[in-house]
Amino acid sequence: MNFLILSLIKAAVVAFVLLTALAYLQWIERKVIGHIQLRVGPYRVGPHGLLQPLADVVKLITKEGVMPSNVNRFFYLLAPFIAVVLALISIAVIPFGPQITVGPVTTWMQLTDVNIGILLVLGISSVGVYGVALGGWASNNKYSLLGGLRSSAQMISYELPLALAVAAPLLLANTLSFRAMVAQQSGYWLGFIPRWNVFPEILGFSVFLIAGFAETNRVPFDLPEAENELVAGFHTEYSSMSFAAFFMAEYANMVTVTAVATLLFLGGWQPPFPEPYSDFIPILVFAFGGLIALFHGLQPARRKDKYTFPAVAVVFFGIAALFGLSLFVPMLKAALMALFWFCGKVGLLLFLFIWVRGTLPRFRYDQLMRFAWIVLFPLAMVNLLVTGLVVALTSK
Amino acid sequence: MTALIFFIFAGIAVLCGVSLVVQTHPIASALSLIGVMGSLALLYLQLGGEFIAAAQLIVYAGAIMVLFVFVIMLLNAGAEGVSRQVSAMARYAGILLLASFLGLISFIIQAALPKTEGVVFGAFQGGTAEAIGRKLFTVYLLPFEVTSVLILIAILGAIVLARKEV
Repeated sequence: MNFLILSLIKAAVVAFVLLTALAYLQWIERKVIGHIQLRVGPYRVGPHGLLQPLADVVKLITKEGVMPSNVNRFFYLLAPFIAVVLALISIAVIPFGPQITVGPVTTWMQLTDVNIGILLVLGISSVGVYGVALGGWASNNKYSLLGGLRSSAQMISYELPLALAVAAPLLLANTLSFRAMVAQQSGYWLGFIPRWNVFPEILGFSVFLIAGFAETNRVPFDLPEAENELVAGFHTEYSSMSFAAFFMAEYANMVTVTAVATLLFLGGWQPPFPEPYSDFIPILVFAFGGLIALFHGLQPARRKDKYTFPAVAVVFFGIAALFGLSLFVPMLKAALMALFWFCGKVGLLLFLFIWVRGTLPRFRYDQLMRFAWIVLFPLAMVNLLVTGLVVALTSK
Repeated sequence: MTALIFFIFAGIAVLCGVSLVVQTHPIASALSLIGVMGSLALLYLQLGGEFIAAAQLIVYAGAIMVLFVFVIMLLNAGAEGVSRQVSAMARYAGILLLASFLGLISFIIQAALPKTEGVVFGAFQGGTAEAIGRKLFTVYLLPFEVTSVLILIAILGAIVLARKEV
């Protein structure tokens, strides 16, 4: 098929799925944080607040966009645009699965494979700080300015350990392309331990995740928007869709960081168990989920649970059946299994991000900087040197 | 298609370059410089220099310019006022003279340089990270090492200057 048309279709699908996922990621975050704090989280709009993201979008679009006086108009409007565009671009080089065949078309589950994939992601993330910094500066507000400055300082500092932590698995993989990295992590040690980079590179993985928390301005490193000191930090003066753009950028950055962590350290879409066993995991997971929902539906705590939980159970059983069906259709299986494992790993890491937000307090600013330069940076350096030494000694 | 993309980004680079000089506000100038670097990265990419393009984006547009912007914000430098009066005639005549001067220079350069074949997009293949790494550690090993020593000296100098007096 025509390359252009195929790319357009893929881009449309990826954009649609990504934007929907971002909206629901926020719902999941509010739910999880709610349950951690013994609340129920969003509950009013739709069953269990499932339509809350839709309501939020409508609310944000229809709100008045207030522009404070004395702001630098051009940069004030440009900043959220830069933030969200740069956050969304990175997904273009992230592969979600292997080569699949749909009817007459054979294509990769990836928008484009550039042979500098990981460098491109690093480059875009390093430029992404301008959105936050500019937004803080253009708002003509001292709190915003402090937030923007903190954000730039933080991102410059944590980019170094992040890049060093990325370099170590690159040495093992001997490539910069995401596809080749995932291919390098296929197979099993002793027949059952997956050959993922996370096992030899557990230190690098930890450094990468911690630096990732800082790069995405998440708790415990959310100094740029520390509400008890800076009102809301760099987006204090933003409202309506320009605020939504910053919000979306934060979640998109989270997805990018977790996807890169999955591809570099957790074997991408490779299952954690050898072939015949791993095929049954998705069926078991979804069937178990369905059973739990059914169980709660039969013992309803509230009246409407009698209808909502069985409906959820039916959906889960349907997905389980789909995975069961895919065992007999190789074409379907390749795509579904890859998607399941990739999304599962990314989802677990995202859950970790949310979990940490509900658990840890915020760093102080001097602690943040000291931690980056005195702890993370030397650790990443040592890790890189040791990895390089081992690779140099063992390769031939 | 490639020619179209080239002209688009070359145009953006030139426009950003002009804006860099013309803007009165330091932040606007810094952002224009980022625009120049970003479009240059895309031109490198078009010429087949993938690694150089990524390095341009990470090092220049990312790291160095973030520091520029950071310092400008920290000093809170405002827009500079137009200090001296320039007559309108001088301004318009200046633009005309500058254009003809640049034209003259480019003509001389074109005449002086030996005739070469035009650049074909996609013809150059040695721009991958692997090829550049091999070149750096074989052919250009000495300049590479000398540069790293130079950077090390610069880092040490920065530490000495920034160190608190004990």
